[in-house]
Amino acid sequence: MVDLSVDIAGLKLKNPIMPASGTFSEELAEIFDLERLGAHVTKTITRGWRDGNPTPRVCEVGGSMLNSIGIPSKGVGAFLEKVVPFYRRYETPLVVSISGNTADEFATLCSEVSVEGVAAIEVNISCPNIEEDGKAFAIRPSSTYDVMRRLRAATDLPLWAKLTPNTGETPEVARAAEEGGADALVVANTILSMAIDIRSRRPKLGNLMGGLSGPSLKPIALRMAYQCARATGIPVIGCGGISTVEDVIEYLIAGATAVQVGTATFIHPTAMIAIIDGLEAWLADEGLAGVRDLIGTVIDGEQDEAVVFMEAAP
Amino acid sequence: MMGVREKIMPVQQEISFKAFEMGLAVKSNDPVNGEYRKLVLDAPAGLLARCRAGQFFHLLCPQSGGETPYLRRPMSIYGFYPQSGELHFLYKVTGAGTRALAALSSGERLNVLGPLGVPFTIADHWQDLVLVARGVGLATLAPLALEAQRLGRRLTAICSARHPDYLMSTGYFADLGADVITLTDAEGTSDPDNLERVIEGLVAAGRADAFYTCGSNRMLRLLQTIGARHGIPGQIALEQQMACGIGMCHCCVRPFNRGDKQVHLRVCREGPVFDMMEAIAW
Repeated sequence: MVDLSVDIAGLKLKNPIMPASGTFSEELAEIFDLERLGAHVTKTITRGWRDGNPTPRVCEVGGSMLNSIGIPSKGVGAFLEKVVPFYRRYETPLVVSISGNTADEFATLCSEVSVEGVAAIEVNISCPNIEEDGKAFAIRPSSTYDVMRRLRAATDLPLWAKLTPNTGETPEVARAAEEGGADALVVANTILSMAIDIRSRRPKLGNLMGGLSGPSLKPIALRMAYQCARATGIPVIGCGGISTVEDVIEYLIAGATAVQVGTATFIHPTAMIAIIDGLEAWLADEGLAGVRDLIGTVIDGEQDEAVVFMEAAP
Repeated sequence: MMGVREKIMPVQQEISFKAFEMGLAVKSNDPVNGEYRKLVLDAPAGLLARCRAGQFFHLLCPQSGGETPYLRRPMSIYGFYPQSGELHFLYKVTGAGTRALAALSSGERLNVLGPLGVPFTIADHWQDLVLVARGVGLATLAPLALEAQRLGRRLTAICSARHPDYLMSTGYFADLGADVITLTDAEGTSDPDNLERVIEGLVAAGRADAFYTCGSNRMLRLLQTIGARHGIPGQIALEQQMACGIGMCHCCVRPFNRGDKQVHLRVCREGPVFDMMEAIAW
């Protein structure tokens, strides 16, 4: 029997496969048994009600997609009343994703969602910080550290910091999150992108720009997951472009302890189930006792720090 | 005693599977006229038994003929026949997804997800139904005619098209016992004024308890005006670009008037069938 379980800073998951925030909701329970997943991760909520961005909110680009949904949110009250109770029927740990425009608002929400039934909080620090000219908290190490300190003080639950690829300082931001009190890193969110319809000359998204996700994001997020695993001592949860079991194995070898599957679920709603089954079969075929035997086994030799943490093109 | 009984009942309701992802074999995929094609899939009876008029499937269009559609494409059900085991779609080739669909041959498999969305409803006191559609919109309304016949309701189908050659499903509606009225641009009968005269005629004759429509902004505005004038309800099937198709991603929202507020609802989940009076012309 292959052991698929992993440990994320004290939180035991029966397998390392979980959904990425924003690509999962209660509706998926109408298609497969959500109890099979390693964890449940809810769509990011904000404290107050948000309408979201103008349409079109998605477009496809060469085998991947761009989105600018704009975090529509019914607010924390509706979330605690409707969403959290829904997931209480499952034993699978519930991870709640939250976001805030200011450190204050973020910390208040963090404390408000620290309720029974919530196993960990994913803090989406990739969202714009209005106190920093709209730049995401996780673009800079200093704003990452500051907001993580505030969030750390607001809850006793495990904190997973979701990082952004829109930074030139991945290892520094990862270390700042760790020092600020993050228990794990989710690496990473979508990368800022754009697409234009050449006939109408209009951007294909109502919000002009949006986040790239899907297979084209994978090499970038994989590189970041590797860097974060090297730079910190906390678990890394890989996220970005995963659609097959081979993608998962690659992230685990790079140093991720678990992974999140996102856009692939839009294409195949049962993608995560196929991946869990495929991972078990693959590990058995390889004669490995469990997922833990794979994590961080990349053979990267005696590379110079400067090469490992390189951000610009070589 | 009831109180005690209620306490030991499970608090949470069981969740049942409602939509399925499966590969279905293509039975046929042929042009029906110069613009539209009909795709017939071999589907299990259990899946077809779950289908309702107005619902849709999310199709994973194949990557073929140089086309690389990535996201699924939502397509309303044109027909579902549990007895013959067939699921029908009517489509017009307009982009990468539908070009890839057109390349499917008999025997090949198409991955479908569904049935999805909120179907049309026919209230008990709606005895005379009026269906108004143009072009491919008729595909969405076709299964409603079957349901109307099953329930023994009278149906008038007003079918509009650019040219008589592009009128579709008129024989289908007639075979189901509907009164069919055709309006075309080529014959100069499809203009809003004439359409209004035709519908007002049905209202005056007591043949319009509810309206059903889809697809056309112009028809929506007109039906809302007539509906408000006479207090006649209606339903509209709407389209929007989708990613997940099941309610997770919130990309397919549209605005609706509800009470004194405007709300954004997901076409895939709260729709695609909506209250006609709440819909907002675009």
